[in-house]
Order: sequence, then structure tokens, then C-alpha cells
Amino acid sequence: MKALSHLHEKLAQGKFAVTGECGPPRGANKKVIDNKIKLLNGYVDAVNVTDNQTAIVRMSSIAASAHLVAAGLEPVMQMVVRDRNRIAIQSDIMGAYSLGIRNILCLSGDHQNFGSQPDAMNVFDIDSVNLIRTVKDMRDTGKDMSGFDLDGPPQMFIGAAANPFADPFEYRVIRLAKKIDAGVDFIQTQCIYNLARFKEWIRQANEEGLTQKVYILGGVTPLRSAGMAKYMDKKVAGMDVPEDIIKRMDGVDKNKQADEGIKICLETIQELKELNGVHGVHIMAIEWEDAVAEIVEKAGLK
Amino acid sequence: MITGSQKPINEIIELIEPYKKVLILGCGTCVKTCFAGGEDEVAVLASALRLSFSKMARSIRIEEQTIERQCENEFIQESASGIVRNDAILSLACGAGVQAMAKRFEKEVVLPGINTTFIGIQEGPGVFTEECSGCGNCELGTFGGVCPVTRCSKKLLNGPCGGSQNGLCEIDPNTECAWHKIIERLSTLGQMDNLKTYIPPKNWNTSLSGGPRKLIREDHII
Repeated sequence: MKALSHLHEKLAQGKFAVTGECGPPRGANKKVIDNKIKLLNGYVDAVNVTDNQTAIVRMSSIAASAHLVAAGLEPVMQMVVRDRNRIAIQSDIMGAYSLGIRNILCLSGDHQNFGSQPDAMNVFDIDSVNLIRTVKDMRDTGKDMSGFDLDGPPQMFIGAAANPFADPFEYRVIRLAKKIDAGVDFIQTQCIYNLARFKEWIRQANEEGLTQKVYILGGVTPLRSAGMAKYMDKKVAGMDVPEDIIKRMDGVDKNKQADEGIKICLETIQELKELNGVHGVHIMAIEWEDAVAEIVEKAGLK
Repeated sequence: MITGSQKPINEIIELIEPYKKVLILGCGTCVKTCFAGGEDEVAVLASALRLSFSKMARSIRIEEQTIERQCENEFIQESASGIVRNDAILSLACGAGVQAMAKRFEKEVVLPGINTTFIGIQEGPGVFTEECSGCGNCELGTFGGVCPVTRCSKKLLNGPCGGSQNGLCEIDPNTECAWHKIIERLSTLGQMDNLKTYIPPKNWNTSLSGGPRKLIREDHII
């Protein structure tokens, strides 16, 4: 198959891929995007553009992704099924493709109860597994969900998320397999702090032959402070920050904690590079995009 | 009441096929009233199933029982001995009843025999209509006792869309326009001013959209 995107090409060549993340602004200020583009361009193979993450209204991921395309930085457009029914989903995918967007990450989306507008009605017309299937069918059969032949089917490189740290653990690999069956090409995982558990998940995935069928990018988020580590562990759904990481962050001076966070992140990336079945790393430096260049350079990923 | 309608017989056959002894368990309240799951429906369904299985030369033992309400532990208890004698329970209760049975008998197979449809009323003989979506935030007072959240196909809160004609909804000539009804009622009540009231975006957090709901009455917790 011809490479669908730069990210696809890199992974297909067997090279260790690096993706970053760009959260659009809570407003129409394009300069925020331009600034993040400057910090990331040249350091990563593609950049995830989040879709109203944590259910807080932001500039749309399609528009922000289009700004990245225009600047020559490849986006991975995130799309959640929380806010769109199947009609809007298919329409948005076609529109995104027409704007030069070539990668999509199919997600359920955080429940609106976590966001700033919990009064909103959610949609969840289809789930993330069916979103994967929809994008895949549009690409490979050239038809929409009604079976209509599309005039120019969108040819997206399809991604999805996996959380090796959610419960029940035994189900995590089954869910991964389900996403693969639905047609996913690459996976980006939840932030890895509990390496032991991640390794067990990858071992199971390898054993099932799943890592032969899909590219897996391990997710990392540099911790900026001990407070952030505790917050992520306690408040962020599906996040697992082990006690020793929190202790390690707590053990250094406040003004050195960010450095320690980057050090932990680099150690994790080194481990991921050695792991059979891991094809890249997804660096989510949340509102800390200027850390990405340093991480990429020190990890020898440039 | 909660309404439901019996699943097609072929679907029921497929559901119970793996089992040798099945208890068809009726529910004597809501679904009895809408002719889906009361004692009479249990008897008719049992006969139809016995016939179907004998035509397929398959032996199956079908037992019948109807309890007052499958959604209340007090009544569920009456079905206990019948349940342990069988491999599976085909419940003709609404989804709440099916799940109450599954909670109460956690090692038993409980299968749904009806499709739960809505919260509604019997409008006339054999005709049931949907009236309430259980949104958790009732505004019927503003709308003359006609619910636009449930009965308007677009859930419009600030008046009818442009698709309503002759009191009928654009989606289907058999569907009444809720807003036509609201206007009629408000006119009868002399409350037409309500129509001018701006209704802000609804808070859906009290509905299922905000996550599965739980009702807690501290004063009744022992």
C-alpha cells in the first residue's frame, strides 16, 4: 500500500516515529497555534490536534489541523464521538481530507461532566470502534455508512487510543484486538508512568500477534511538578502514576522538579525504544510544548 | 407506565435455543397493561414456543409464571423456586425488570423477551403513546402540559420548526406536532404569553446524558 501520510511512511519504513500534541486555544486566536507549530516543527513526525479535550470548548480540531497543514507540519486530527452523530462524523472526515489532513485518531472523548459545560447533551451515536470502521470503510470501499459511492473517498491513516492502565486489565488486550479488527493502523497509548504494567500489556499484545498488525506508539507526558504527578494520579481518569514516581518528584527541590520530570520521561523513552512491539513514542507535553525539542534531542530521536 | 412489545418469535427462539429448561417469567404491572408481558402473553408465547420447538424436533421444557413486578425484590422472591429449576429465564418485563432479575439471581441466565419502548400512556384501545423521556428536569408547566422534549421530533424548546403542517410533524403524517398541541393548550388556558418566553439551552445533566442516574432518599435509608 502506498503511504497515506508521512507518519505512515515513517512507520512503514520501520523507523521509530515521534508524534507530539497541540491543544487548540479556547478562542479563535490562530497565533496560539502558530506558536505551538514553531515549537514542534522539525522535531516530530506528526502532531495530534486535540478535539475539545476534557470536554472544554476550543477551536475545532479540523480547523487547527488545517493550520498545521498550511504550515507544513503534519497533523493527526483527533475526533471524538461525544459531540457528533454519524452524519456529522462522515461529513467532517471528508472535509478534513479535502483540507489536506491525512491522519485521524478515533476516540470516544472525555464525558462532558469533566468539562466546563456539563449541561450539554452528549451524542455517542457510534462508539470509537465503529468510528474506526467507518473511516476504514470510507477509505477501502469508497462508500459512506449508507453504502453510497463517494466522489473522492477520504484516504486516512487511521489511529486509535489504548489505555493499558485501565481496568479490567485482562480486557485491555481484547479491546486492542477489537480495534485492530475494526481496521486501525496505529495506536497511541495513555501516558506511561507504570512501565511494569505497560511491559506486561505489550508482552500480551506481542503474544497475540497484535503488534505485527498495528503500529504502537507509547504515550509519555513529562511531569512538570510533584503536584502534577499527584493530580494526574488522583484526578485524571484512567491514569496510573506509581508511588515511586511521585516520591521521586517530591524528593527534588521545587525548581528542579521540571528537570526531574524530563529525566523520567527520557528514561521511559529509552525503555520504550528497546521494547519489542513498540514502534514509536507519542509525546504529550501538555501546555509545555517547549519541552518537546529538548526531549526529542536528548532522547536521540532527531 | 413503561411500555414494551414482544420480540419477534424467531429472535426469542434464537435466544432460548441453547437451553433445555426455560422459565417464561411475566410481569404483572406495566407490560401487562400494554399487552406485552402479562399472564396472558406468557401463556400464548409458551404455546407458540412449544409448537415451534416440536416442529424443529427439539425437546425443551417451558415453564410459565407471572409475578406482580420484576423490578421489586419483594415480588422477585416469589419466582425463586421456579428459577432454580430452569437453565434460563426469559423475562417479559421491561429492561429494568430484566436487570433486577439478573442482579437478584447472579448465577442465572436472564434473557429479554420484550423490547422496552417508552414511558407513555394508553391513548385509546390498543394505542400507546410516548409522553416522557425522564429528563430529570420537568418543564411541563411552561408548555401547557405537553412535553416538547419527548414529543417534538427535534426537541425544540422555543416554538415549532418550519416543517409542521395541519398539526402534523414533518417526519411522519401519523405524528402529531407537539408544538401545535402546546399552542392549542396554551390558547385554551389563556396562557399564550408563555409562547413569548425565551427558553435557554436545557440542562441535560439531569438526563441520561449526564451519566446513569441514581435516586437517593436519605429519609428512607435504614
